[in-house]
This record gives sequence, C-alpha cells and structure tokens, in this order.
Amino acid sequence: MNQALWIAKTGLEAQQTRMSVISNNLANVNTTGFKRGRAMFQDLLYQNVRQAGAQSSQSTQLPSGLSLGTGVRTVATEKIHTQGNLLQTGNSLDMAIQGRGFFQILQPDGSIAYSRNGEFQVDSQGQIVTSDGNVLQPGITVPQNTQSITIGSDGVVSALVAGNTAPTQIGTVQLAQFINPAGLQPVGNNLYVETAASGAPQTGNPGLNGLGTMVQGSLESSNVNVVSELVNMIETQRAYEMNSKAISTSDQMLRYVTTNL
Amino acid sequence: MDRMLYVAMSGAKQTMMAQAINTQNLANANTTGFRADLAAFRSMPVYGSGAPSRVYAMAERPGTDFKPGAIDQTGRPLDVAVNGPGWIAVQAPDGSEAYTRAGNLHISSTGQLLAGNDRPVLGDGGPIALPPSQKVEIGEDGTISVLPLGQPANTMAQVERIRLVDPPKGQLLKGNDGLMHLRGGGRAPASANVKLSIGSLETSNVNAVDSMVNMIELARQFEVQVKMMHLAQQNDQQTASLVQMA
Repeated sequence: MNQALWIAKTGLEAQQTRMSVISNNLANVNTTGFKRGRAMFQDLLYQNVRQAGAQSSQSTQLPSGLSLGTGVRTVATEKIHTQGNLLQTGNSLDMAIQGRGFFQILQPDGSIAYSRNGEFQVDSQGQIVTSDGNVLQPGITVPQNTQSITIGSDGVVSALVAGNTAPTQIGTVQLAQFINPAGLQPVGNNLYVETAASGAPQTGNPGLNGLGTMVQGSLESSNVNVVSELVNMIETQRAYEMNSKAISTSDQMLRYVTTNL
Repeated sequence: MDRMLYVAMSGAKQTMMAQAINTQNLANANTTGFRADLAAFRSMPVYGSGAPSRVYAMAERPGTDFKPGAIDQTGRPLDVAVNGPGWIAVQAPDGSEAYTRAGNLHISSTGQLLAGNDRPVLGDGGPIALPPSQKVEIGEDGTISVLPLGQPANTMAQVERIRLVDPPKGQLLKGNDGLMHLRGGGRAPASANVKLSIGSLETSNVNAVDSMVNMIELARQFEVQVKMMHLAQQNDQQTASLVQMA
C-alpha cells in the first residue's frame, strides 16, 4: 500500500508522544524537585529502492539512487537534570540540594529509590520520612522534646533537646550521585530508580566528591520553563496537523484510483 | 496492449514514491538536526521499434537539503548545535565514521559520550570516553574539559576534542542509517572552522510550507496520471466496441 500513509502515521505517533511529554512537564510545573522531560526523535531506517552508484549499463552509473525513509521514531524521553530554583520555606525539615546528588529513600520493598524532593517530615517514631512515609536513608531519628533541628550544608543534622544548652548531632544526610543521571528511571512519586544506563550510585556526604551542598529551609522547584513548553506545544500541534494532512492526501490519492479505474 | 497505460502507471508509481520522500520530511519536522531529502524525477526513454514515444519516469533522491535549521536554546550544557556549516563525527553502526548534526549529547553509564541517535561521538583518537566528573564543559571548537569528581574548581582539565569536519557538500551522502557518509567511504579531515554553539540544539531544516505545497502538487500530479490511465481504459473500450461483431 501507499508508503506515505505509514510514514505519516509514524509522524503522528511521534508528535503525540511529544505532546504527552510536554503535558506531563506542564502538569508538574509546581512539583518540588521535578525534572522536565524531553522527547528525542530520530529518522527511521532508509529503504534502498535503487542504490546510488549501481551500474545502469556496462559503462554508465546511476548518479543518485532512491532511498525511501520509513518515518520517525521516539528514541528517548530523557530527563533534563538542570538545577531548579530554590524556594525559601523556612520549614526546618525542608532541604534542597544545590548541585549534583539525590536523596536516598527506602522503599517499602527494601530497595532504595532516589529523589530531589526535599520535603521531609517526622513520623510518630521520630524518623525523618518523605510525605509518603518512606524513610530517608541513612535513617535519622529525632529525639523526643526536640526544640529545633539544624541541618548544615554538609548534611550534618543536629537537634536541640529541651533542657540542654548545646545541640547534639543526630546523624548525617548522605546523597547519592550517578555518572549518567539522565539514565535513571523515573517511577513516579518524585522518585527515580537505578538502571544499567545510570551506573551504580556513589554515596557520600554533601559537599564532598562533587556532591551538591544541602540548603536547609528551602525546596528545589520544578525546572520546567513554562514559556518554552508552550512554544514546544505549538510546534508539536502544527507538526501533528501537517502529518494528518499528509495522511488525508495519501487517502485522496488512493480514493482517486479506486473511483477512476 | 496499449503502452500508454504502462507509461502513465510508471508516472503514478514514481509520484507515489516522491510523496513518500516528502512525507518522510514532514514526519521529521521535529527531529533534531534532521536534513530534508530532496525528490526529483528523471525521464527514462525506452527505444524500440516504431516511434520513440515511450518515456518512463524515475523518482530519485538526488541529495539532501543542507540548509541550516533554526537554533533552539535549551540551556543544557551537553546540547551542542553546529553553528554554520560542519558536522559532528560519530561512529556508524557498522564501525565506520559518519556525520550528524544531532547534537543532543549524553554520557552513557560507562562514560562514553553519545550523540542524540545513541552513536558514539568521535574525537581525534576514536570514540570519546569521559572520566567520572562533576562538570563537563564543551568549548566552541569542540574541546571537552571536565572537572573530576571531588576536585577543586581549578583542576578543570581538557580531555578530548570532538572531531568536527566540513567536507564539500557534494561528497556527502545520506546512508540507510540516516547519518551522512562520505561518498567514497573514509574519513573527512578535521576542520578548525566549524563552530559549536553550546546549550542549544539545531531544529530540523524541513520547511513545512514547502513540503505541504509539494505534497499538494504531487497529489495532483498523481491524479493526472490516474486520469491518463482512465483515458487509456476508455480508448480500449471504444476500440473494443467499434470492432465488435454486431
């Protein structure tokens, strides 16, 4: 059947994927620690109908061949791990990472997931947990009657317990980093899991070995740029329309054949 | 049989192929660094006994449109766009050297620098591998410098240089992998005149308006061919009814 029809179909699919990525970015424009995604496209393999340089006779060569492309495909929807803005909240358990690194969050199944969302709370046992109740690793327990918690830029957490005059150190928030953060798999809930593409995590204290520093009382906002997403949306919509036009044109060509022959 | 039918059919078939090339361009209107394909027709006369009246059509992809695309600012440090003429050298799936303009680079888990189409980027000494680093900076001329993990900012070190080439356009041919290859194979010499612009990507150079108009033209051309086939059919019918035994 008409090849143009199928090529245009791959174009529609690609634009649709791009539109979902853009909508997801826009929907998460206010999600703490969200990293925007980007759909990357690649042209599909070419089919060689006639090879350039083939002999057209014993003494002559075809100067150019005919290769038909087979459309476009989405090669990746990669996350862009650029730094988001820091928002001052004043909440002592809000942490933002300035620079590289991820918080390590213990999942209910015992595995570790990674996050840039630093909205932490204290559960009934005094443990520092995420909004979903998953424990921050390495675990830190806030003692009873704590009056204030201070987190240093190196991740050291100290608590001032009522009756004491000096704060006591209760633990250190450690961060993990990856050689290829874009290879992490987003699993929702602001979490990422390690994959073969991301490489193994290297953990350490904030500020050391290239890890970012910790900022207490701040949150990292989403790095989605609304203006550029809206421009991308316009571009995507128009490309979608043009591909659907190509489908209807191919359809008309075929219909003309069936009605006239 | 009437030869007119076959000549018209070859026209219709080749028009459909040209339409496929055109649709391929439209489908890649948003593909980073994509270069549009051109379609052209050539007349192929067939000589035999009688008058030389048969000329078949042959669709071709004589080349690629090398117009630059628009530069789109992304702000990502590993996005590079070739500013002006030139190409980024990558390793094709068959191991040979090929060229692309898709500069959305990323680093694999083994530290290899990959271009947007997941092909290893070539430096002066083969595929580029980067040490674990907290910062990777690419210079305008393709020089890559890295700040190794845990080192102070004054230890920024140059590691490699992306091979940038600018062979004459006539030597470049788009291969079946969508990458540009030299017509005769081999490697193009590195060029110092190719400039990268960092933090941006080059969009596809497909001109949507051109492609849409082209699509309409090809569709109408196709209809003309089909109309000719219809006329050939009518001619045959008329002949058959005239010579029918009453």
